[in-house]
Amino acid sequence: MNTSRWFGRYALWIYSVVALVFLLIPIGYTIAFSFNDSRRTNIVWRGFTLDNWANVCNSQGVCEAFGNSILVGVVATLLATALGTGIAIALVRFRFPFRRATTLLLFLPMATPEVVLGAGLAAEFLTAGVQKGAVTVILAHTMFCISFVVVTVRARVASLDPALEEAGRDLYASPAQVFLRVTLPLLMPGIIAAALLSFALSFDDFIITNFNSGSFVTFPKYVYTAAARGIPAEANVIASAVFVVALVVVIVAQLTAASRRRRLARQ
Amino acid sequence: MLFLLLPGVLYLALFFLAPLLSLVLTSFQAPREFGDIGQYDPAFEWENYTTVLGTYGPHILRSFGYAATATVLALLFGFPLAYFIGVTLRRFPMLQALALTLVIAPFFISFLLRTLAWKQMLSDEGWLVSALHGLQLLPADAHLTGTAFSVVFGLTYNFIPFMTLPIYTSLEKLDLRYVEAGGDLYASGPSAFLRITVPLAAPGIVSGALLTFIPAAGDYINASRDFLGSTDTQMIGNVIEANFLVLQNYPAAAALSLVLMIAILIPVAVYVQRSGTDDLL
Repeated sequence: MNTSRWFGRYALWIYSVVALVFLLIPIGYTIAFSFNDSRRTNIVWRGFTLDNWANVCNSQGVCEAFGNSILVGVVATLLATALGTGIAIALVRFRFPFRRATTLLLFLPMATPEVVLGAGLAAEFLTAGVQKGAVTVILAHTMFCISFVVVTVRARVASLDPALEEAGRDLYASPAQVFLRVTLPLLMPGIIAAALLSFALSFDDFIITNFNSGSFVTFPKYVYTAAARGIPAEANVIASAVFVVALVVVIVAQLTAASRRRRLARQ
Repeated sequence: MLFLLLPGVLYLALFFLAPLLSLVLTSFQAPREFGDIGQYDPAFEWENYTTVLGTYGPHILRSFGYAATATVLALLFGFPLAYFIGVTLRRFPMLQALALTLVIAPFFISFLLRTLAWKQMLSDEGWLVSALHGLQLLPADAHLTGTAFSVVFGLTYNFIPFMTLPIYTSLEKLDLRYVEAGGDLYASGPSAFLRITVPLAAPGIVSGALLTFIPAAGDYINASRDFLGSTDTQMIGNVIEANFLVLQNYPAAAALSLVLMIAILIPVAVYVQRSGTDDLL
């Protein structure tokens, strides 16, 4: 086979591999520089060390910021998942007035630039005289996570067979029992996916946080403030560790889904 | 049913709709007479809008120019990749899952650190600038960071997954028999691609374009001086941030936010019209 034919056949493969590698370059860079023997600023490579990983909390404030991000992420995820799951069930199961208006109300936060959401909330808190801090950040994160929860859980509710709930009622389960022991367990995969997405969105949010945090520092805000004087390698350590955990979660989720599909296919 | 729906809807009314209303009220406020910096009184100052449009017109245009360029570049970059994952890799489910994971992998590492990584790679001390200087492709006094190029580059990079994933979703369902039928009817490869594959991928392209353009137009990380930008690349987000958080000129920040929101809502309204409210979520 001549070279141009060979190239024509594999051009898309070559392009895609190069494109995927390109997407991963900053990840490799961030992880590599978490091992850099940097003193003050982490810009030039000075040699390999494990010190940054061993003493990750040595850098002023980085672990506190990380802890704050986890706290905000967990609380906002719990709130958004509870509120969003309720809306998702109502949207699929019931016909009610203002249904279209509700859909639009859920869609708009996703179509609004973050800087507008952030400035709007900040203007509201300013007018109401609310002190900015952890609470305002949690309120803000919950707001922008709700729509994503609804989108994720709604798909699961739509694929739920109502006959299963009917069977529960036929067996004399109270509405509360049907909800807790039939509906909720069946929705769980969707709810877990929604919670993971919410946490990821909250954890990496900077723009809305910056407008509503006052002196409260989350991990992205720490990075933003530190960017002017040079990021310490400890920030790279935390980001790299989070990356590995997130990757493991996604791979486990994919493998579980694949094995469930195989089990269903066999039955 | 109400106990399922109401808490969430009330929450959004309180923390999404009410803030928009606050923005409207704030945008008309006037400085308090003999007041300190950052003290404003309710008023009806239409002039706030003409002032910000006059002062920040170039920033607004630049934001939309950068965002539109980044959207087109992300489409050119992401479409072949989405086609590869959604169509070519259909026969290899494991590879397909791996490629999809790699496309979303950048989301797992901080947005800010990813952007800083590019800043350092594109900086004057980086190998790329030395190589370009060595090959005389870049004038000796020219830089890559702090330019329109680096800001658009950063925006494109950061939003490529948002473009690639919806196109992948459209192409993954593409029935290849349509393309074969085109071939049977003597359509050439490119013609079948443009007249069958692209139209069938259109919903994904439109969602991807919105998911890229909206956050890119409002972004202020990439264009920030500490990241990939300079004073010459400031976008509308940078101006809103500076006015709100630094200068405490809340009415100007609010007016600019609303200008940005309205400009974004026009393409979004067209999208909603065409897709219908039921398919929005």
